[in-house]
Amino acid sequence: MTAAIDVRGVTVRYGEVVALDDVSLTVRAGRVTGLIGMNGSGKSTLFKTVMGLVRPDRGSVLFEGSDPARARKQARVGYVPQSEDVDWTFPVSVRDVVMMGRYGHQGPTRRARRVDHAAVDEALERVGLTDCADRQIGRLSGGQRKRAFVARGIAQDASTMLLDEPFAGVDKRSEATLVRLLRELADDGRTILVSTHDLHALPQLADEVVLLLRRVLFHGSVAASLRPENLARAFGLDVLDQGDHPG
Amino acid sequence: MSPVDLLLEPLQYEFMVRALVATVVAAIVCALLSCWLVLVGWSLMGDAVSHAVLPGVVLAYVVGAPFAVGALVFGFLAVALIGAIRGTSRIKEDAAIGIVFTTLFALGLVLISVTPSQTDLNHIIFGNILGVSTADLTQIGILAAVAFVVLVLKRRDLTLYAFDPAHAHALGLSPRVLGALLLGLLALTAVVALQVVGVILVVAMLIIPGATAYLLTDRFGRMLVIAPVVSAVSSVVGIYLSYWMDAASGGLVVVVQGVVFALVHLFSPRHGVVGSRLAARRRRRLSAAR
Repeated sequence: MTAAIDVRGVTVRYGEVVALDDVSLTVRAGRVTGLIGMNGSGKSTLFKTVMGLVRPDRGSVLFEGSDPARARKQARVGYVPQSEDVDWTFPVSVRDVVMMGRYGHQGPTRRARRVDHAAVDEALERVGLTDCADRQIGRLSGGQRKRAFVARGIAQDASTMLLDEPFAGVDKRSEATLVRLLRELADDGRTILVSTHDLHALPQLADEVVLLLRRVLFHGSVAASLRPENLARAFGLDVLDQGDHPG
Repeated sequence: MSPVDLLLEPLQYEFMVRALVATVVAAIVCALLSCWLVLVGWSLMGDAVSHAVLPGVVLAYVVGAPFAVGALVFGFLAVALIGAIRGTSRIKEDAAIGIVFTTLFALGLVLISVTPSQTDLNHIIFGNILGVSTADLTQIGILAAVAFVVLVLKRRDLTLYAFDPAHAHALGLSPRVLGALLLGLLALTAVVALQVVGVILVVAMLIIPGATAYLLTDRFGRMLVIAPVVSAVSSVVGIYLSYWMDAASGGLVVVVQGVVFALVHLFSPRHGVVGSRLAARRRRRLSAAR
């Protein structure tokens, strides 16, 4: 297994606050890795650092062994944003959004050629949104919205996809559809990194789990990550232990 | 007098023809740009930059440089100052914008008051559409053409920047560069429009058409057509009204645009107040009947 993303000793500070403290992490290609932590655990900061949106105070990130800027230029990095970071009233159709995935493969005016239209159609088909392609992006359900952005990553032909809290505001059935889709993409050889605090989807979704609380607390199998002692540390409380020993 | 005469009579005057051409050109470029400004949430920034270019324009006049150069310098200076104040103190952005653009605008007023000039620089503030010379028209035409071509060629990147800057970054594009491009176009367009409606009312032409189009369609591509058309038509109507009413032309151009916005806001089929109320009532009736 090759390393898709290599995070080496990354420390990020926002003023006095340490968001990430000496985080080292290897995300493997062709696997779904779940990044678990509570709010403020540094998940979003780690995502932003991997994307190159935040410059670490110490440490570095490598994409498939090379500089992340090069990976971005080659359109290898796909990104599915958090719901609250998207303006759902923006006047773009589902097809428009998926076409944005093709921009890295197009000329300076991003004029769509036949190969681009074909890639968009295929991506829409793959996520099951062909019938909704011409809807305004906000006129989709929560799960469909996520699939639209996943389709953008597919049309982009990204080798790595980063999904930030994809299950927030998504009902159980759509969640199952999304999980199935992400599994298929990993089976194609893509690297999937999902940040979530939704634990019950993990066994079906992830191959391995990283528990984060400003540092990497645990990195290993899903089953081991869900052990109460590990979760209690990640979520900074002992509630789970107390559940086992009433009183 | 027949309606045709009503339309043709003003065209006997060359100054009216120049006024109409200049207004339509400015209206089209401003309206195009306004589609992005409204969606990025830069309306206040548009207001700030269009005011802050005043000292730049006056200084350019003094040294004999093109107005656009002075405007670009002061447009970027204004944004840099706003960022600096927000980043180095506890002042919030809206206050920083208010401080910077009013101060620069005031500096412009001071410069005007001490600059001896043949042309009345006060026209920059209130616009002087009926006094547009052929040389002015050439300058407006060139700047507008540059802004128009860049906007049309880069429309997809700018839309991506407005919709999802993180994805732009993930594709190796620089959101910072795209933002600066939009800003430069804003300063350029402000120069085009200030000759028509004046510095004070430029912001209207930079916001109202995009906002109007946004209420009429869910397609950005259509916004880019609707906004310039609506803006150009209302500007021509405004100029004619000013001719027949013998009233301020810049003012009437903006008033007509505002009235059109109000009508669209009320009666737009999908996003209008009346339209969405009617749709809600229909839904209630349907569910009651079931």
